[in-house]
Amino acid sequence: MAGPDDPPALALENIGRRFGDTAALSGVSLALDAGEVVCLVGRSGCGKSSLLRLIAGVDQPDEGRILLNGAEVAGPGRFVEPEERNVGFMFQDYALFPHLTVEANIGFGLKALPRADARARVAEVIERVGIGALAGRFPHTLSGGEQQRVALARALAPRPVVLLMDEPFSNLDRGLREALRVETLAHLRALGTTAIMVTHDPEEALSAGDRVALMRKGRIVQAGTGYDIYDRPVSLYAAEFLSPGSRVEGLCRQGRIETPLGTYPAPAGSREGDRVVLFIRPQALSFAPQGEGVEARIVNRAFMGEREQFTLAVNGVAETLKLYASDRPHGAIGDWVHIIVNPGATLIFPHADTKCDS
Amino acid sequence: MTATAETQKPVSLTARSLSGRFWRFSAAFVAIAVLAPALALGWEAFGPSQGLWAHLLANVLTQAVVDTAILLAGVGLLVMALGTSAAWLVTAYAFPGRRILEWALLLPLAVPTYIIAYAYLDILHPVGPVQGTIRALLGYSSPREFRLPDVRSMAGCILLLGFVLYPYVYITTRAMFLTQAANLVEVSRTLGVRRSAVFWRVALPLARPAIAVGVSLALMETLNDIGASEFLGVRTLTISVYTTWVTRGDLAGAAQIALAMLAVVIVLLAMERYARRRQRYFATAQRARRFTPQHLGPIAGVAAFAVGIIPVLIGFVAPATYLTVEAAKRMKVNGISPRLYGETLNTILFAGAATLAVLVFGTVVAYAARALPGRATALFQRLSTLGYAMPGTVLAIGILIPVAALDGLIDRVSQMLFGVPTGLLLIGSGAALGYAYVARFLAIAAGSIESGYSRIPRSFDQAARSLGRTVGGTFRAVHLPLSKTALAAAGLLVFVDCMKELPATLLLRPLNFETLATHLYGEAARGTYEEAAVAALAIVLVGTLPVMLLARIGRRESGED
Repeated sequence: MAGPDDPPALALENIGRRFGDTAALSGVSLALDAGEVVCLVGRSGCGKSSLLRLIAGVDQPDEGRILLNGAEVAGPGRFVEPEERNVGFMFQDYALFPHLTVEANIGFGLKALPRADARARVAEVIERVGIGALAGRFPHTLSGGEQQRVALARALAPRPVVLLMDEPFSNLDRGLREALRVETLAHLRALGTTAIMVTHDPEEALSAGDRVALMRKGRIVQAGTGYDIYDRPVSLYAAEFLSPGSRVEGLCRQGRIETPLGTYPAPAGSREGDRVVLFIRPQALSFAPQGEGVEARIVNRAFMGEREQFTLAVNGVAETLKLYASDRPHGAIGDWVHIIVNPGATLIFPHADTKCDS
Repeated sequence: MTATAETQKPVSLTARSLSGRFWRFSAAFVAIAVLAPALALGWEAFGPSQGLWAHLLANVLTQAVVDTAILLAGVGLLVMALGTSAAWLVTAYAFPGRRILEWALLLPLAVPTYIIAYAYLDILHPVGPVQGTIRALLGYSSPREFRLPDVRSMAGCILLLGFVLYPYVYITTRAMFLTQAANLVEVSRTLGVRRSAVFWRVALPLARPAIAVGVSLALMETLNDIGASEFLGVRTLTISVYTTWVTRGDLAGAAQIALAMLAVVIVLLAMERYARRRQRYFATAQRARRFTPQHLGPIAGVAAFAVGIIPVLIGFVAPATYLTVEAAKRMKVNGISPRLYGETLNTILFAGAATLAVLVFGTVVAYAARALPGRATALFQRLSTLGYAMPGTVLAIGILIPVAALDGLIDRVSQMLFGVPTGLLLIGSGAALGYAYVARFLAIAAGSIESGYSRIPRSFDQAARSLGRTVGGTFRAVHLPLSKTALAAAGLLVFVDCMKELPATLLLRPLNFETLATHLYGEAARGTYEEAAVAALAIVLVGTLPVMLLARIGRRESGED
């Protein structure tokens, strides 16, 4: 792995990019150590793909610097063309050249090598990714999963400084997607490849990377390990992006937060009279025996196999609450039940946060 | 330590690629070259003036403007009526022979305006086959007792041009009917519009942008025409430009009339652009679905076919048959003269060389706009495709001005330095003519290459670049192999257009240099009938190649094959 004095494999410093009047990216900073895999996650249009294009060099930033292994490849007065950066790029549509065989596609980026070396490298990559049977075929004869593997092999063949993956699994069926994600990450780990993966799926982001960077409107709003950002989202937006849940309004009084669901210890820095929003994830709720917790009415129950989702209404709470149960409790739609909230699993945000929820 | 083993340092960190600069610079060069003739015209017309405007206005221009306006209006109306009704007939009705008619209606495109005029001068001659037959049927014995109105008239010119130019409207309108009308027509039927009223209430308003595009293209061809108006005695602006320069040697005067023609072109161009924008709006507003035609009974079906075939008979079958018969007669008696062989060779060599140049330049412009997107390359692309709207005569005069000056300069310098006069080097070598072909037909190549590129996903470019290919390397490894078909189609279209080209060729060809088209023009203008029919037949035959290509594309697009 990288030594303490090595520069990061990739460093983004205060990147800005405008398209006409709209800022696609602003103030984006991020550093990846060698061998690190970072997931960029966010809604469509948040700027994650634009960021990849800047790193690859197929677009130029208006502000900020990009460094690969400590060398500046984009910055004020300096721009290194994409073909000279040695950055791997994997596309959502795989972008396999239809007029070339699988073998020729994988060898496409090895033009600088002597022919024999290039051929040996192609064979090596094909072997590693396990697509030996496809070598002589043309892309249109391959299945989606096979195309994905070829695209990975092609991007890895030139030993890129960093591998960029733009929604690499989104064109695959659900089951195949997970299998290929595990397989791809195993290859990256084995080769020690530094990689950025763009996705819009929070589950994929949390599970795939060493770190997750959550983007919104052209900015990175939070970066950290999956646990970090899931357990301590910096904003209501981050919390709602990463998991389902409900908002419950509360008021700060005498050092405690009062809500229709009960009272909670106020977070540090709260002042008397502050309005706050509690974000309650389904797993923070559970059914309680008669007489405990608060009363709730069952609005809907949906059986989903391994678990069952209850939608509940509580007097004084505007939004309905969701609760997951796996033990098939009794209770029909319209029945009144009792629920309790696990205080440690709720997140508290200032009320102002609710306004910016796009 | 696998991490360091599997990653390399970036190959090199030089700033700004030469390859990108080369493509951008080349695209700028092409755009300027195409634009130069128009600028030269303005320079000559408004430059050190000989004060000819007043004279021109009084003696030439007024009549020419009026005649041109009448011709454009007449041809416009005729192609609109013929093209739209033909398109509706083959889209809205199913009858025996409809499939044949669908592509046959394109055939008149293969007949250049000067050839249809040449052919009908003879077909409709007072002692020609048509009038002879009519007289025989009616029992008259001499043209003095009975004759049809002379084809050498404004009306004759409008009719003949209309019957070879209507396919422009037919193509655009039919495409619109095929892809857009289905849903709307069916909805209108459910809202109570009768079948017979659908055309006027739904289809026609829907097709207006397509019709406007087709009509403006047909009118640009009308404005470009020199042969038909000359043979049929219509004094258009084009003819005025030609005679002002060729017979009076007045370049400034020719430039001034040419500039007036450019004004007309700009109006047509504006009409086309405006309509195209609206067409795009319509195209995105509706999903494409096949139109279900109404089946006609046997009698109505035969009638529909009979009506539909009329434009094909007049615009293609009759002139082509006439030319075949005349050419066969001629060849049986005299064979083909070496002179005609030489002219054929000239035509093929010149058209071939120009086609190669057009493909190279068209590729440069289209690929620069693709690989280096930005305002500059988009502007170069737009400018370099403006040549298609310039009538050949206007373009030729615009080229003549700088080229003649340059030729004079080269001659003087050469005489001074080497004591050798070069004469008219650029015009004499045909370089000026090649320049005209390239400028005029670049739009065809650039357009069809661009549409070839549009089928290549952008991610291919980015993948190739990030895998280490330069801008030019990406072109060679990805775009060239993937757009070969588009390139071949573009080459065919350009080659045939160069081969048929008459007005610019007349003005810019080297001395004593003849192509098939100029040969025909010369004979027709002199009123001699030697080998012109053979030359004309050759042009028409080659001209049917792109028509077949067009018919194939049309079939593919309408979902049949």
